[in-house]
Amino acid sequence: EDQELERKISGLKTSMAEGERKTALEMVQAAGTDRHCVTFVLHEEDHTLGNSLRYMIMKNPEVEFCGYTTTHPSESKINLRIQTRGALPAVEPFQRGLNELMNVCQHVLDKFEASIKEYKDQKASRNESTF
Amino acid sequence: MAAAQAVQEMRTRVVLGEFGVRNVHTTDFPGNYSGYDDAWDQNRFEKNFRVDVVHLDENSLEFDMVGIDAAIANAFRRILLAEVPTMAVEKVLVYNNTSIVQDEILAHRLGLIPIHADPRLFEYRNQGDEEGTEIDTLQFRLQVRCTRNPHAAKDSSDPNELYVNHKVYTRHMTWVPLGNQADLFPEGTIRPVHDDILIAQLRPGQEIDLLMHCVKGIGKKVARVANPRLDTFSREVFRNEKLKKLVRLARVRDHYIFSVESTGVLPPEVLVSEAIKVLMGKCRRFLDELDAVQMD
Repeated sequence: EDQELERKISGLKTSMAEGERKTALEMVQAAGTDRHCVTFVLHEEDHTLGNSLRYMIMKNPEVEFCGYTTTHPSESKINLRIQTRGALPAVEPFQRGLNELMNVCQHVLDKFEASIKEYKDQKASRNESTF
Repeated sequence: MAAAQAVQEMRTRVVLGEFGVRNVHTTDFPGNYSGYDDAWDQNRFEKNFRVDVVHLDENSLEFDMVGIDAAIANAFRRILLAEVPTMAVEKVLVYNNTSIVQDEILAHRLGLIPIHADPRLFEYRNQGDEEGTEIDTLQFRLQVRCTRNPHAAKDSSDPNELYVNHKVYTRHMTWVPLGNQADLFPEGTIRPVHDDILIAQLRPGQEIDLLMHCVKGIGKKVARVANPRLDTFSREVFRNEKLKKLVRLARVRDHYIFSVESTGVLPPEVLVSEAIKVLMGKCRRFLDELDAVQMD
């Protein structure tokens, strides 16, 4: 039945400094389903963002299914599919996953820089005390 | 109780069996284990997360990251290897190359030379932009001609004595400042990281004369990262029959040891910070896309 995919391409034409990609994000929805099952196509991305984003989205209890694949090694894009319980639109956990991943990175960055600073301070004071 | 302990082990440990590794994948997602609240909790993450720096010097860094999942730790590793921006030679304009090294091989070798310039001070070059401006390009000139040494001994066979300039090193590269670069970067700061990388060899009469454009890009070989020292962990104990039954080798799932070695362009701690910022940039890019789409 669902042989035809109703492509609801809602990508935005962005031109970035690196130039290449015109559409960074597409959303594909199979015909007959509603907004709680969506496949996002992320261009110019690979396992780096794919796996970490999948992990963050799976941690959301409203998400029934989340998975990603790379379409082909020659193509640099990933398909990320989200299915939610109930009537929550799939865009919502996607957005929430991105925000949470950003918060994680921010926290890691803060902790890392604090540790580096502490290590350098310790080393400096150790050098001073040997004089 | 044994059952609770087994569940705890399945959740938190990667087990090294005699013939293979078990329990590799993260399973603590909401709904998988009854009685556990596995939904994402930023506060719980922040409480359990820590970074311990073991060793730091100007070229290498070793630190532990505890309390983070494999997916995210691996993302940092992948970015460190391939996506931290760096300045490297991209375009080579060959005026004269009579050496035996072909143009394209020479250009390829030049592209691999690490350039000592902070990539954060430069912009990406726009697509299709041929010329390059001072904000996105560095220019280097390489001009070497090999001649015979008139003062060499009659029957010497040592090339170092017979020829002048027969080995082309990175120290022969000279920086050609564009625009206001001479004011921004003091003399001697923009150069290849190492001045003793052998680029090509020449014989009398051969000459290399070229101009290199160095732009910002994401490339390989910026840093080498080795994640947990899985390869040095010994499983010898499984050879002994009696010990086999008594010993259980397991690894804590969310403890990662990072070992970062820099090529010299940026200090390793800056590389790690930049890698984390790259991942944040990716998230922000898609969030902006979503916002833009929803506004239509």
